[in-house]
Amino acid sequence: MKAPAFDYVRPQSLGEAMALLAKSSGEARLLAGGQSLLALMNLRIAAPALLIDIARLPELAAAVDGVDRVILGAGITHAMIEDTRVPDPSRGLMPRAAASLAYRAIRNRGTIGGSLALADPAAEWPAVFAALDGEITVASPRGRRSLNCAGFSTGIYETQLAEDEILENVRIPKLSPGARWGYVKLARKSGEFANALAVAVADPARRFCRIVLGAANGPPIVLAAASQVLAEGRSDPDRLRGAVAADLDRAADRHFDDFQRHLNIVAAARALQQVTA
Amino acid sequence: MPNEAWGIGASLLRREDERHLHGRGEFVPDIKLPGTREVAFVRSPHAHARIRGINVPSDAARRVFTAADLPRIKPIRVETQAPGTKAPLWPPLATDKVRYVGDAIAACLAPTRAEAEDLAALVSVDYEVLDAVVAAPRDMRGSRHPVHDGWGDNLFSERVFESGDIDAAAGAADITIQREYRMNRQSGAPLEGRAVLAYRDWRLDEIVVYASTQTPHTLRVALGEFLGLDLRRLRVVAPDVGGGFGPKARLYPEEIVLAALALELDHPIRWVEDRTEHLLTAAHTRDHHYKITAYADREGRILGLDAEIIVDAGAYGLWPQGPYQEAAMAARNLPGPYAITNYRCRASTVATNKAPLGPYRGVGRPGACFAIERTIDEVARALGRDPVDVRELNMVRPEQMPFTTVGGMRFDNGDYPQSVRLCAQLLDLPELRTRQRQGESDGRLIGTGFASFAEQTAHGAAEFVARGAAIVPGFESCTARILPDGSLVLMVGIQSHGQGLETALAQIAHHELGIDPVRIAVRHGDTESTAFGFGTFASRSMVMSGGAVARASRLLRDKLCQIGAHLLQCEVTAVRCADGVVQGPQGSVTIAEIAKIAHLRMDGLPPGVDPLLDATATYEPGIGTGVFSYATHGAVVAVDAETGSVELLDYAVAEDCGTMVNPMIVEGQIRGGVVQGIGTALYEEIPYDDHGQPLAGTLADYLLPGAAELPAIKIGHLHTPAIATEYGMKGMGEGGAVAPPAAIANAVRDALAAIGAEVNETPITPRRVVAAIKKARERSPQVRP
Repeated sequence: MKAPAFDYVRPQSLGEAMALLAKSSGEARLLAGGQSLLALMNLRIAAPALLIDIARLPELAAAVDGVDRVILGAGITHAMIEDTRVPDPSRGLMPRAAASLAYRAIRNRGTIGGSLALADPAAEWPAVFAALDGEITVASPRGRRSLNCAGFSTGIYETQLAEDEILENVRIPKLSPGARWGYVKLARKSGEFANALAVAVADPARRFCRIVLGAANGPPIVLAAASQVLAEGRSDPDRLRGAVAADLDRAADRHFDDFQRHLNIVAAARALQQVTA
Repeated sequence: MPNEAWGIGASLLRREDERHLHGRGEFVPDIKLPGTREVAFVRSPHAHARIRGINVPSDAARRVFTAADLPRIKPIRVETQAPGTKAPLWPPLATDKVRYVGDAIAACLAPTRAEAEDLAALVSVDYEVLDAVVAAPRDMRGSRHPVHDGWGDNLFSERVFESGDIDAAAGAADITIQREYRMNRQSGAPLEGRAVLAYRDWRLDEIVVYASTQTPHTLRVALGEFLGLDLRRLRVVAPDVGGGFGPKARLYPEEIVLAALALELDHPIRWVEDRTEHLLTAAHTRDHHYKITAYADREGRILGLDAEIIVDAGAYGLWPQGPYQEAAMAARNLPGPYAITNYRCRASTVATNKAPLGPYRGVGRPGACFAIERTIDEVARALGRDPVDVRELNMVRPEQMPFTTVGGMRFDNGDYPQSVRLCAQLLDLPELRTRQRQGESDGRLIGTGFASFAEQTAHGAAEFVARGAAIVPGFESCTARILPDGSLVLMVGIQSHGQGLETALAQIAHHELGIDPVRIAVRHGDTESTAFGFGTFASRSMVMSGGAVARASRLLRDKLCQIGAHLLQCEVTAVRCADGVVQGPQGSVTIAEIAKIAHLRMDGLPPGVDPLLDATATYEPGIGTGVFSYATHGAVVAVDAETGSVELLDYAVAEDCGTMVNPMIVEGQIRGGVVQGIGTALYEEIPYDDHGQPLAGTLADYLLPGAAELPAIKIGHLHTPAIATEYGMKGMGEGGAVAPPAAIANAVRDALAAIGAEVNETPITPRRVVAAIKKARERSPQVRP
């Protein structure tokens, strides 16, 4: 299938992009890497009247290595993270996640901002940045605001972004030298979307421990009980599985079938194992 | 003598690869004709519905065509002489009813495909939605709304095959093994989908149809029949074709509609199938259900096989062979390469509200192989014997050849048990068994599985007549023409779309004439330049077209010798043609010199010899029932019992396809087939929901194996030349795809042996593996590996 007709514009600055978006009264979509949006348009699931191409905006390409955090522009591609061409605050977690994401051709074009803004429930970045306690900066003609990555997505393909807002960057705290992480993606073959995705981060020096479940029939789930087990530094697998099960019981609205529930528990347990091993 | 680097047995690099590696191939979508309009089809979103009305925008006349606008088109009609079969008419554009999601209703024309889709979206159809027939075993005897009105049931055909005394076998058996198997529906998924470009050539008074097809000549026959046109007014060209695998060996509604439009319009029209259309409407494949009861003695010798096969064939039968051959082939091949003497099988072909089922690499046999080879392993397990030994015990032995199986297949020759031994060697089975006992450091479970089969190839008239086929593809043709400069053109009726036949056929002509392969052109795929032939399918082209090339080359060789002897002033019996020359006792004359005389200087010809070096020959193998390649495949898997994921650690093929013309191409064919078989085994599936909605409409849902999922495939060859073919060739194009589902399922079974779990359904997905393990543990909760 081929996309219906649309207009296309490539603004030169973030300000210009915001103005165009504000003017479009909901008829426009932002185009970054286009690895999901163009496919959705070709399938005629999405039919925006105007594409605003923000892929080359210099403001979105910035990568800042701060004292205690790294700021990555929304236009940074998966491949740039995979190849560590931008600072890595995560001591290897983000490059590992990037390498597991789709195929190299997609990683060359797809962006972290696009992934977060689309909020595909099976995507990697929403879960990874939630596990790292990242924050998202969004910009509009009304100003800027900061949102937690955990909670940024509000549903399947739904986020807290307002119609006139552009996702500008992600701010990710740096893990301490002693921090450990676990990343488990269960997929039917390499490059496919996850059937289960678990990201665990333990950074005792910053008193931060979190296990997040992606591919969760909705936004990523921060597993509170399991994160507590992780914080206690325990590696008792049965106790962890019990905690994950309890967390999943609290997420009944996700309607996991038996197999998905089973895989979620396995993924979370294995991610924890990687942290504590 | 032919040059050993170029002739039969040489791994000559494929001549067609150069243009493809440089992106200079020419596929239908590469052909640019001025004024071409693109076509998008309005397709049914419902699996089963009556059409109450079709509303076309008032300004869209001559841009939207429904069945009513193209009265010349006759419904597709499949003929069969097989008894007790039903053959529904299929209007290429739906008239009163749609019978599957994707059924074509109207063709919409615009300068671009996107605009054509815009136009298609403006056509509205008023549907009365009916219950969809989705579950073949449940609905075969009848349903609330049968697929075809007036049938009463949903059966295309039902046949019982019986040979020997199954009840006696049951009575004599020490053990009885019963299993149900399921090979789910999948797509052919060639790299290039279907494509058609058609226009009217007023000068030649013909319709030219470019199509991505495996069978240009029979496509022309079909277009002539269903459009009521003299064949002299139809030219079909298959240019470069990006893979076929069977689905492109059938007639499709879109081809008829495009050709009909070419008659109506004064500009070319083109339709290029996209991946969603391919997954929804190009021939689907597999979709078999099996119930098997095997009776065996305590040694593991199978005394009898009682089977039920149900094939879910979709809404229509594809022309020319209809929907019947899947079940029939499965029934005849179910006894496998084994000397089983008592057999009973009921094989049913069921109409459902799904896309029509068609041939795909292996046709019927991957399912049959899956069922018998899984069963062989269960017999071995029940007796505590090694499946390798039980295979060998039951196999037809070399000294029994030729051997007619209880399924009616006449094996010609070969050492089948040796393929099992060679395959076990390639995998280093004893080493694997040791590793298996030791266990893996990552906790995964290792398993090894084998599957054997004999593959009927290059079957001729006898086979197709026995099937009741209306069209009997029993021969192939070749016109060999030496041009005035001594270069050679081979014009053949087959179509090469990845098989390397442009190379391999030149090797055969080189073998016969000694002409350098770079001076040989192979033309195929164009009804204008080639004599009638059936095309490329059924593992037939190397044997059949190769045989025709050999014969035509020899006709030319005889004439070259006749002229050469005259020029050398000796008897024709004193010369021979080799290395591009005719050699006599006292000298030689080159083929180029003879060619010049035959065309430009006829005064040099011997008296009574006509000018031109041009010969057309046909060829049918000496046995009409086919020559049989055979192989044993072996797989080593690691199963993660927690996640259900299966990784292939190793894969080996031990095969015998007789004389190999080009071993490199043979091995490429084997590897390609194995990868497709791995797709069947682990990844590929088009599920339908209860309403007949297909659930895999893009490659995000339809998984194909990729390089990362594949082990290096080991290949070992045995060499038993066929007796009844030129040079001892046997066909081998499909075999690679036949055994992987069975071998991999047996390996998974082996890995899960301690748990007692088995997966008897393809693809073997993590979900199915986990479910099987859960079921086994619930049955015997004390077993925990």
